[in-house]
Amino acid sequence: MKRLNVLLSGVVVICILLYLTGARLERTEGHSGSRTLTIYNWGDYIDPALVKKFEKQTGYQVMLETFDSNEAMYTKVQQGGTAYDLTVPSDYMVEKMAKSHLLIPLDHAKLKGLNHIDSRFMHLSFDPKNKYSIPYFWGTLGIIYNDKFVNGKDVQHWNDLWSPRFKNSMMLVDSVRDIMGLALFSEGKSANTTRSNEVQAAYNKLTKLSPNVKAIIADEIKMYMVKEESPIAVTWSGEAAEMLDGNEHLHYVIPSEGSNIWFDNLVIPKTAKNIKGAYAFINFMMRPENAAQNAEYVGYATPNRTAMALLPKSIKNDRQFYPSDQTIAHLEVYNTLPSKYLNLYNDLFLQFKMH
Amino acid sequence: MGKWKTFYLIPYGLWLLLFVIAPVALIVYQSFVDVNGGFTLSNYQNFFGISAYLKMTFNSVVYACLITLVTLLISYPTAYFLSQMKHKQLWLMLIILPTWINILLKAYAFIGIFSGDGTVNHFLEFIGIGRQQILFTDLSFILVAAYIELPFMILPIFNALEEINPSLLSASRDLGASTFQTFRRVVFPLTLNGVKSGVQIVFIPALSLFMLTRLIGGNRVITLGTAVEENFLVTQNWGMGSTIGVVLIVAMALMMLLTGEKKKEGGHVQ
Repeated sequence: MKRLNVLLSGVVVICILLYLTGARLERTEGHSGSRTLTIYNWGDYIDPALVKKFEKQTGYQVMLETFDSNEAMYTKVQQGGTAYDLTVPSDYMVEKMAKSHLLIPLDHAKLKGLNHIDSRFMHLSFDPKNKYSIPYFWGTLGIIYNDKFVNGKDVQHWNDLWSPRFKNSMMLVDSVRDIMGLALFSEGKSANTTRSNEVQAAYNKLTKLSPNVKAIIADEIKMYMVKEESPIAVTWSGEAAEMLDGNEHLHYVIPSEGSNIWFDNLVIPKTAKNIKGAYAFINFMMRPENAAQNAEYVGYATPNRTAMALLPKSIKNDRQFYPSDQTIAHLEVYNTLPSKYLNLYNDLFLQFKMH
Repeated sequence: MGKWKTFYLIPYGLWLLLFVIAPVALIVYQSFVDVNGGFTLSNYQNFFGISAYLKMTFNSVVYACLITLVTLLISYPTAYFLSQMKHKQLWLMLIILPTWINILLKAYAFIGIFSGDGTVNHFLEFIGIGRQQILFTDLSFILVAAYIELPFMILPIFNALEEINPSLLSASRDLGASTFQTFRRVVFPLTLNGVKSGVQIVFIPALSLFMLTRLIGGNRVITLGTAVEENFLVTQNWGMGSTIGVVLIVAMALMMLLTGEKKKEGGHVQ
């Protein structure tokens, strides 16, 4: 009994000690000081050199925390445990966070350099007056292929995916809106349609794609495409950029008839403590030389028009990631669907997976 | 001492309350709540009304049965030979060892083995069959699932075999039974309870596997587990996710009832 007591109290003492050390460490990191700026961003989504530069110029100390999905970020901001001063939701999530009153409206008088942002990427449906958000990066949905196995001419359009010669040879990204969207785009319809017959028709068309589909997965597509496990995949431009770095035979195509365009945006969430610092950072990132440096590092497309001009020719003329105006005109942002239709999309997508 | 007994019950009681009863109650409650937070039966109506969910349930049961069957077919002989071996504990240890490794790591290892450029395909090429699509097929999914469940089936069967009184086997032989007859009439009936608990331990998790359906099955295999994950994480329709959870709990209870022991002799299993 005595030994048991010693053992138990030992465990308790160790736990208390560890907890105290942890709390101390957290305090020295200074989560709540007014000179620190806590940024909650996607992993590897900012050039670390820029963070250093910002710290040097403004004297703020930047704390970077990362997330890997909009939903995870939403939950953490909603719980409000950490004082995030800035975060980077995608388009539909901006709309959702604004509706849930999780965002602080931006004071446009405090923003410097808004004129650098391409007017085509302002006032979009998810935030019509840019009341809450400033675009950070943008990208598209498209087809990625390996020129060892596929002739580029054969995969320029969504309808090409249905070709019988591509039996069991493509991977699709596991995302309802994108895959239902692909079928809708191929029919020249809007991916935001709330006409049940159009959605149903898109589903019927998708089921015919089934024999060509090898797998419906997410992040793993990158690995598989680089390792040449599959000749074709449908995924986002950001992922594609990383794959292209890993395998020179890969190419990315945005079907000219229409596709999705998405935005990741800087917003100030309700949890913000250092609002002045947040504005300073937004303004810092809107400065063309910084935006250009960031775009070069991250590999996504910048919405900053002046910054684009500063980019090396090989990047800004790359039609894969900076498509022509004509293609951009056909791109469409996903709107948040009324829940009734969202469920319809979800149910049909699930059925497609089971097909 | 009586006072102490109730005192010792407190941690267990709390545990049960917080981590078993409360979560189950929450799931049941959630399953009656719609997206807007009101009371509804529509989740159940959808589950039993939309053919997709019924088909998925059916598929899950079929896959779970296949996985259990494959596991059993491999496990029983393994356990049998194991119990005849000289250094049983060592061999047993080797079989338990893989359970210490994270399931995700094992899944990724299988991706390497089964992929187009993987070990299996190299072998198939070597013996002249040529490359096959192995990853993302039903076969690979069932094999990997069976591999992961294997130790959980072997252990109870092994224990049951260990507990057979050797004199019973001698008696059977003395009375003129052949080896096969001894096995069929004596050994197998005595290990039936081990088989039952093995089946219980394997079948229910197999019904709700979800990581493997994506990593190995490439989401071409959809089970109830996938649907739960999807409803909670992607569509955030917690009501529907919970409903599927309730269905799984009921399925588990049914399974326990069907394979339950009727307090008979032998085959004691942890």
